[in-house]
Amino acid sequence: MLADLLSNYMLTGKEIKMVLDGIRGTLWMTLASAFFGYILGLPMGILLTVTGQDGIKPNAFLYKIFDVLSNIFRSIPFLILLILVQPFTRFLLGKSYGATATIVPLTIAAAPYIARMVESSLKEVDHGVIEAAQSMGANHIQIVWKVLLMEARTSLIVNATIATNTILGYSAMAGACGGGGLGDIAIRYGYQRWQPHILLVTVILLIILAQMIQMIGMFIARMVDRRRVK
Amino acid sequence: MEPIIKIEHLNKEFKMKDTDVHALQDVSLDIYKGDIYGIIGMSGAGKSTLVRCLNFLERPTGGKVTVNGKDLSALSETDLRKARKDIGMIFQHFNLLMQRSVIDNVCFPMEIAGMNRREARKKAMEYLKIVDLEEKAKAYPAQLSGGQKQRVAIARVLASDPKILLCDEATSALDPQTTKSILQLLKQINREFGITIVVITHEMAVVQEICSHVAIIDQGNLVEHGTVEEIFLAPKSREAKRLIYQGYEKVAEMKGKRCVRIAFSENSSFEPVIGNMVLAFKAPVNILYANTRDLDGVAKGEMVLQLPEDEELAKKMVAFLKNERLAVEELESYVS
Ligand SMILES: Nc1ncnc2c1ncn2[C@@H]1O[C@H](COP(=O)(O)OP(=O)(O)O)[C@@H](O)[C@H]1O
Ligand SMILES: [Mg+2]
Repeated sequence: MLADLLSNYMLTGKEIKMVLDGIRGTLWMTLASAFFGYILGLPMGILLTVTGQDGIKPNAFLYKIFDVLSNIFRSIPFLILLILVQPFTRFLLGKSYGATATIVPLTIAAAPYIARMVESSLKEVDHGVIEAAQSMGANHIQIVWKVLLMEARTSLIVNATIATNTILGYSAMAGACGGGGLGDIAIRYGYQRWQPHILLVTVILLIILAQMIQMIGMFIARMVDRRRVK
Repeated sequence: MEPIIKIEHLNKEFKMKDTDVHALQDVSLDIYKGDIYGIIGMSGAGKSTLVRCLNFLERPTGGKVTVNGKDLSALSETDLRKARKDIGMIFQHFNLLMQRSVIDNVCFPMEIAGMNRREARKKAMEYLKIVDLEEKAKAYPAQLSGGQKQRVAIARVLASDPKILLCDEATSALDPQTTKSILQLLKQINREFGITIVVITHEMAVVQEICSHVAIIDQGNLVEHGTVEEIFLAPKSREAKRLIYQGYEKVAEMKGKRCVRIAFSENSSFEPVIGNMVLAFKAPVNILYANTRDLDGVAKGEMVLQLPEDEELAKKMVAFLKNERLAVEELESYVS
């Protein structure tokens, strides 16, 4: 059995091309979704922090809106969301399958998670430092940019790494619905046509991608952190 | 002359779920330009709340705070931010931006005021020179000692060119040696820049080291205030006495043993007076405690004496000491 597997390990030229396309598709989906996820989630996370009970401009009403919104979207299982947003995706991109189309549900699923992660990172910033900035006459925008985001940057990057890897996992899941990328290949060739060597290769590649994202993220997080005594 | 800080009938209540905390009750106080005003009290007395009401980090629930002639409660948010640039603040835990280098921390207030970067950096170096930390300009706060961090915080506060400096337990996280050097720096700033300083502390030693005036606050009430000399020589309230006597080591033994505290208002020494008294009455006294403290540059002495058992004699001795223009105070149960 194992010998069988190994002898089939050599991929044909066509298969190699397909796998390379898969890698490109997965990376494109993951990174683009993470990017758009942050475009939506970062401002939302900032608003959650600012309007929260011990934020710099508490506003129970606004906080509740973002709070409920993010909870609703987070409670929808991803596969359901994928199907629910199909009409919207088709309206936006003209099609509802393939890697690019999957960016839409991935972004919608990731944004509320990202908002929560951003909120928790920003809440780690020492309240005393915020007060010091307030005592110097800093306005809300200056506090958000120069204090909250800058002081929390290590935690933000660590969380962005986790978010990106979560999206990577979800992108593979989207493969089940013709979402493109490595997950799609794994399901169509590895599972439905039972070509275990392709299944194995895609899984290994997904693991390697996840490891690489993790390593790069942690490296950047460490690089920008000035709190360590050198 | 108008006071630079005028506090009138200040009240602050914190509404909690089950109880309300009345952190400040009808506090009124005038602080004049150039003063170094100490506000002292036990932990939880309301000192931090009071000082935070002076720049409206905390909004009072009643009363009026006028700073630099402006009624803070009447200001819009924008004007309040502007007013805050004249009211610097330093903290017990320094509150530096940990991801910024020392020089960038000092640049921060100039940056938010819209000064261009080159000019800000140049000025920042000058402020770092004042606090004697030029060589640490490129370091990060995590690489500094507590005293150095507080110096950076002081340089940063100077960078917004304030008229008033609020210090909330600024030396409480520092060792005695470092405390002394930070207090000296504050004194220098007060002298050279004419900045009015409000010093919050729970240690009488800090007040004695640098303050010109002191207010004593207890459970949200202002119980006594005046010049440090007045209060040191003749504390009236129980809390003032308690704070002044907190330096005595054997206070427990001094209780109810005919002990009196005498304090010297002039720059003279104890010996002749005590010696003369012993000679005059031909009776010995026990010296339980003696100390000189540096009050705003003038050495002030204090001493705790145990008087003879003979009540008549003890009374005469007290009269003798008072006659020598000494402040005499009987130590009683308020020594806790
Ligand atoms: N934000 C707050 N919410 C509720 N109670 C507070 C708050 N800040 C201070 N207090 C209460 O007010 C009182 C005075 O506190 P504080 O001014 O910090 O005292 P101090 O600085 O003299 O130690 C304390 O009883 C404290 O518990
Ligand atoms: Mg306090």
